[in-house]
Amino acid sequence: MNRFLTLVVRDLRLALRQGSDATIAVMFFVLCVVLFPFGVGPEPNILARIAAGVIWVAALLSSLLSLERLFQNDYEDGSLELLSLTALPLEAVVLAKTLAHWLVTGVPLLVAAPLLAVLLNMEAGGFGVLVLTLAIGTPILSLLGSIGAALTLGARRGGVLMSLLILPLYIPVLIFGAGAIDAAITGLTPRPHLLLLTGILAGCLPLAPWAGAAALRQALE
Amino acid sequence: MSAFAGIDLTCLRGDRLVFTELDFRIAPGEALMLLGPNGSGKSSLLRIMAGLLRPFRGKLAWDDLDVAEEPDQHRQRIHYVGHLDAVKPVLSAVENLTFWARLGGAADPHAKALDALGRFGVPQIAPVPGRYLSAGQKRRLNLARILAAPAPLWLLDEPTVALDRAAVRLLEGIIAEHRAVGGMVVLSTHADIDLPGHRVLQLDDFTPVADDEYEEQDLVEDGEHAA
Repeated sequence: MNRFLTLVVRDLRLALRQGSDATIAVMFFVLCVVLFPFGVGPEPNILARIAAGVIWVAALLSSLLSLERLFQNDYEDGSLELLSLTALPLEAVVLAKTLAHWLVTGVPLLVAAPLLAVLLNMEAGGFGVLVLTLAIGTPILSLLGSIGAALTLGARRGGVLMSLLILPLYIPVLIFGAGAIDAAITGLTPRPHLLLLTGILAGCLPLAPWAGAAALRQALE
Repeated sequence: MSAFAGIDLTCLRGDRLVFTELDFRIAPGEALMLLGPNGSGKSSLLRIMAGLLRPFRGKLAWDDLDVAEEPDQHRQRIHYVGHLDAVKPVLSAVENLTFWARLGGAADPHAKALDALGRFGVPQIAPVPGRYLSAGQKRRLNLARILAAPAPLWLLDEPTVALDRAAVRLLEGIIAEHRAVGGMVVLSTHADIDLPGHRVLQLDDFTPVADDEYEEQDLVEDGEHAA
């Protein structure tokens, strides 16, 4: 546990000193959403109707953007090899790096999302559920993405390949995430959507690090 | 006392047989030097010893117990220093080293890290970010990991690359101390490094004899080297 936290703290420190990953992810998220009013026109009713879906799609894309580099730096400078030789199991390495990634890129999205919801004229009733779905959903995105990042490690054009592998897996998260918000706005209960989303998280939490570690072992051979 | 041995090891990279039927045994306090021309499998053997690479055939044994049966314990017994320095450019030298010391289970990682840098003759680089370090300083920082946390078996892949004479002398002294307390060292090198009473493993002795099937491949490789 101590070693796990050591790795999380190191990755957070690296991300904060380099600074770019966190800001790029949240800037991309904001810009992506801001483009929609220009594209579909400033009609408030249309924007309100598509707000939940737009914010969720932008969150998916921005998480993909930074996940590509999740293991890349450590792989290139030999750190990953050494991490695989420590007492920390490789599954825990994947989980620690994913957690650090989520804290750096996922949490800022939770803060930015309500502001963007205002911009898109979303009904106030959906704000709480929006943040809640993102709080449950963005860790799933990071976990699923860690599998893709590990699988495409060392491949040329790995980022594009990773998007093709991972985006289809994001679809259930998108459906239940946006569905919960729509349900809340139309006065229905978002509970079933939230439960399904939490179920996906509960499934990914043990399975994604396991799959990611298996892919990393292949990459390190 | 514990001993580390390899039995009937065969290494296959791609479809090329690098070495075959290789045996070695190291007892506490011993140093094994791997010699051989480029491509004879020195790095591959060290990676197999570290558990980073699986041998195509054969096994490794620690105290006659198969290492493959207990990979977790094996990882805690070794320090591996490869070609890559694993230095993060935005972390200072001491932060880099403290991280590895903490993962290695050192009791007071920060003090251990400072001490290890001092032993390698570079205490002044402690607060310097990794991106400002020279190649030799990075190498010393990477080597300092072996002192920052304890492990009985050191696997050093060409540790003298980028080191100056003074640093090689320091490394010799550190290896001698490690062996004096029963530690084991395996290293590959092209430069001379003086390890009293070391044993030598000549890797080209285990390169398979080129028959017709391999001759063609060897020609292609020679062409690559020439280019």
